[in-house]
Amino acid sequence: MADELKDIILAYVTKEYLEDDSEPLTYETPLISGGIVDSFSMVSLKRFLENKYNISIPDDKATPEAFDSVNKIAVLVREFVKA
Amino acid sequence: MAFSAKVRESYQAQIKGIQDAGLFKQERFIHSPQAADIEVEFPAGSPLKKVINMCANNYLGLSSHPEVVKAAHEGLEARGYGMSSVRFICGTQDIHRELEKRLTEFLGTEDTLLFPSCMDANAGVFEAILTKDDVIISDRLVHASLIDGIRLCSAMQDSIKHSDMAHLEEKLQLHKDRRFRLVVTDGVFSMDGDTAKLDEMVALCEKYDAMLLVDESHSSGFIGKTGRGTHEKCGVVGQIDIITTTFGKALGGASGGCVSGRRELVEMCRQRARPYLFSNTIAPVVVAGVLKVMDIVSKSTERRDKLERNAAYWRKGLTEAGFVLREGDTPIVPVMLFNAKLAQDVSRTLYEEGIYAIGFFFPVVPQGQARIRTQISAGHEIHHLDKALDAFRKVGKKFDILGKTKQEIIAKYGM
Repeated sequence: MADELKDIILAYVTKEYLEDDSEPLTYETPLISGGIVDSFSMVSLKRFLENKYNISIPDDKATPEAFDSVNKIAVLVREFVKA
Repeated sequence: MAFSAKVRESYQAQIKGIQDAGLFKQERFIHSPQAADIEVEFPAGSPLKKVINMCANNYLGLSSHPEVVKAAHEGLEARGYGMSSVRFICGTQDIHRELEKRLTEFLGTEDTLLFPSCMDANAGVFEAILTKDDVIISDRLVHASLIDGIRLCSAMQDSIKHSDMAHLEEKLQLHKDRRFRLVVTDGVFSMDGDTAKLDEMVALCEKYDAMLLVDESHSSGFIGKTGRGTHEKCGVVGQIDIITTTFGKALGGASGGCVSGRRELVEMCRQRARPYLFSNTIAPVVVAGVLKVMDIVSKSTERRDKLERNAAYWRKGLTEAGFVLREGDTPIVPVMLFNAKLAQDVSRTLYEEGIYAIGFFFPVVPQGQARIRTQISAGHEIHHLDKALDAFRKVGKKFDILGKTKQEIIAKYGM
């Protein structure tokens, strides 16, 4: 599921936040600290993941640090999917 | 005293960091009333220079209008200088309520509440009407004061790509389980000068049972056929749940703002909005001035019509000269330069030519989108605009950007 999960997150972030003429994202691109995802928009990313994987990510886990790259988000999601 | 050398040095380093990044802001001292022609001391200590002001929010040219000045004088005599109280103790005069009624009528709403500024209106309105069970969905380019107000509120926060209605619909669907949904936008976006699609937004808000808040600070008094604002232009007067706006721009330019809209929402602000509860409202002298402004803009569309003609003339002139502009039809005409240093250099050279227009760059606008934001006024005469166009052509030629595309300018100067 690893790569598929990352690709789903990458596709969502690209569609949700990038303008047409933006540089493409990688798994490591800093999303929040890099100014791509603003703090207001984190909520829809969280809601997307919760709906898609039928999980609940507590607010104290959904930190800007934990959401700062596709790789990090994938780690977080896997933690809750397993649980 | 706790301001130790260590603390002072830390702040000095931060200030130097701002300077080194080329982001340090300096005030220019104006020695004359706000108008198309002003006298400026810049840098501090320099002899006064007469320049044409191309960057004021004085859209209707009412900031120093003799009738407004006279009304303010009379207001000062009749109602005094200060209130020394917040509104609900003993800080409300008859003219405060009169102005609220006039604004309600002008904006086509149900009720209005004055705030010390529109920044305060935006800071107070969200917390007053929403809770953690609700969601706010805002356009990603809304004004900083709306962003701050949203941050002060416990409601869930989300955003949409600028003016992207399909994205808004997705978000309204995503958040259909929240108690209330509030969609937030500027009427006219201050940095790009484009207009919100309020007709489409109203339709989507109706479909998904959402409220709509519009900040009309860059539209009240001149957008729409009779200057009521973006909601008039889009044919949705009476259908906006909350309008916030300022008197610090077209409507006299002094200070003050308001929340106007559904009766119950305005009442909630009167009961709960902290900037209203814990700060004096607008001084009587300013209220008297704004009342006169409301007379002027309600009686005739002469000034907004002249503004529209001026803006079209200016936009056409800059386009023919070969500048890259942001598309639009408002008096905000951004001349795109993309590179922050280029924007500052162009601004400085224009000033040498007698034109006052400021460069905007990150973080005020996104990285790589630096610009000179020009703003047209009904106070401009054609000779002002012609002189400014001559200067822009001369400076554009000097920097070799006339007739160049975005890519060519970036290739020459970088992002």
